[in-house]
Amino acid sequence: MIPITNEDIRGMVQPGRVMRRLYTDPDIFELELERIFGSAWIYVGHESQVAKPGDFLATRIGRKPLLLVRDVDGGLRLLHNQCAHRGAMVVASDGGHTNEFRCCYHGWTYHLDGRLKAAPLLHGYPPHFDPNNPRCAMLAVPRVASYRGFVFGSLAKDGPSLEDYLGYMTTSFDDMVDRAPGGALEVAGGVFKHTYKGNWKLYLENLCDAAHPLFVHQSSIDAARAQSDEVYSDGSGEIAIRQMRQNGAPYSFWEEHVGIWTYRNGHSFLGDYHDDSKLVAALNDPVFRDYIAAMENGKGKDKTKKILEVRRWNSNVYPNLSFMSQFQQLRVVHPLAVNETVVHTFCFRLKGAPARMFENTISFANTVNGTGSLVLTDDLEIYTRVGLGLSSAGSPWLEIGRGYAGDLPDTHGGRRGQNSTSEVYIRNMFDAWLALMTEGRDSDIPSPAPRESAEVQP
Amino acid sequence: MTLPQRSAQSRAQAAPFTVAECEAFLVREAQLLDDGRFDEWLALFTADAWYWVPIEPNQASPRDTISLIYDDRRLLETRVRRLASPRIYSQEPRSRTSRMIANLTIEENSAEACTVRSKFQLLEYRREAQRIFGGTARHRLVRHDDGIRIAWKRVDLVNCDAPHEGLVVPF
Repeated sequence: MIPITNEDIRGMVQPGRVMRRLYTDPDIFELELERIFGSAWIYVGHESQVAKPGDFLATRIGRKPLLLVRDVDGGLRLLHNQCAHRGAMVVASDGGHTNEFRCCYHGWTYHLDGRLKAAPLLHGYPPHFDPNNPRCAMLAVPRVASYRGFVFGSLAKDGPSLEDYLGYMTTSFDDMVDRAPGGALEVAGGVFKHTYKGNWKLYLENLCDAAHPLFVHQSSIDAARAQSDEVYSDGSGEIAIRQMRQNGAPYSFWEEHVGIWTYRNGHSFLGDYHDDSKLVAALNDPVFRDYIAAMENGKGKDKTKKILEVRRWNSNVYPNLSFMSQFQQLRVVHPLAVNETVVHTFCFRLKGAPARMFENTISFANTVNGTGSLVLTDDLEIYTRVGLGLSSAGSPWLEIGRGYAGDLPDTHGGRRGQNSTSEVYIRNMFDAWLALMTEGRDSDIPSPAPRESAEVQP
Repeated sequence: MTLPQRSAQSRAQAAPFTVAECEAFLVREAQLLDDGRFDEWLALFTADAWYWVPIEPNQASPRDTISLIYDDRRLLETRVRRLASPRIYSQEPRSRTSRMIANLTIEENSAEACTVRSKFQLLEYRREAQRIFGGTARHRLVRHDDGIRIAWKRVDLVNCDAPHEGLVVPF
């Protein structure tokens, strides 16, 4: 194998286009795991999943199995799930509660922070071995940090703080949490795991893509539009069908009414495209009355109005997290191989909100993130089909230039598309990709032609 | 049809369901699905039916937990209509399926309705790859003027909580 130099890598990303090889080359993929997943802040779980001391959760960064643990002192630990003895995976379950970790192979046990607690037959080892050496442990990931309950880990010892890394995207997490009348979220309702035979980057590249629904989702848009509302529904189908109809918003709507905003380090969010009052709390349909009352009761009328007026659709945190505040969804993209990806999606319960809100969250999840959904299944087909197409010997360059000439500088160090069909968010992710792949640092937002930003962010 | 035959039929209808008639019904349902006759499959369901494929073993409710599929009657109609769309890219190419049903037992039985538990195996072939699904199905069957209808159907896959590629053809 000929080593891939930084110069090679820089040659793979040009204004408005990238090389096909970035999605197909196993050597590039290994470098991505090392340089992107090996240094950036990666989402590993939510604090509600490890609420009490002794709670633990199996998670991962890239392909590395990890444990997120609530230590006896209440602190969060992120441990490599590997025994210091012969390397067996210590915890085989998805999560649970314990006062120690014990390896099933020879009974080595560990404290919740990963330090070796005890091991049988500790005699006759050579001089290098010291059971009191802190390296003789289930080793901790160098950095773990939380922003408003969302926990991230970084395999790099040094780098920007989590808040610096997130930058203005902290406001999307605020939006997520502030919608809970009780001021907190909890993971609930199960996890979808879906897979496709394509590169991990394709997933986030699709989630702010305002130009794809009319094509990719045509079958579910047509079917939902033709559906009679007179037929029996227990409520779940109604949410689903309304959402599918909204996906049929015409190009003119996306071009004129919806925005796309991007920020340093590859992050972005898409504005909302919904005008169905049964799907958007801010539109004040009676279905949201109890929820809004609970919000106003805790936060007051003005603050509630401000919170609900924030209208973002997907917020993408580079490299592999996407979430959506209005129906409390979160997706984590796990790269398995250059053309194999698994995505885990979660729902959150808004503490203090009426039960019906969470039922709608579930219905929405089934519709948009469900493995058997009428919507997502066509997205998964596209990812696989891109994977298949890229295995051909067609053009070595892939285009990400839609709206390039209209990119505008924006507040908070960001850059936005002139309208929401711009691929600015993909270009922005590749700026971050390039910086991490070549220099292991944050990305700067390249300055587009200096023009005044006229619009205010949602 | 002669009078004595009609009375024999109404006597049969007043009796609880038999395993044989439930099996004939489930085999018929499987044939419709394997043949891609989804409109006829939909017609087997009652006007307020639901169709459920849980994502967790022993899942108690589709309301507070996600599901691989949970369709009320309205969404089931939309699902079936989409299956007929020429723009359903996740069915381009179309799947071919083959279903086996076995081990039928009737869990709850009366003259009007019964709950049938069965095992199934489903082969799905699409784009040079074959998937195997298996598990337990429960059908709530009710008598209707012109035959049996499904009031609800629950399908518990053995690997319900595994990572899956898209699930498009109904179980």
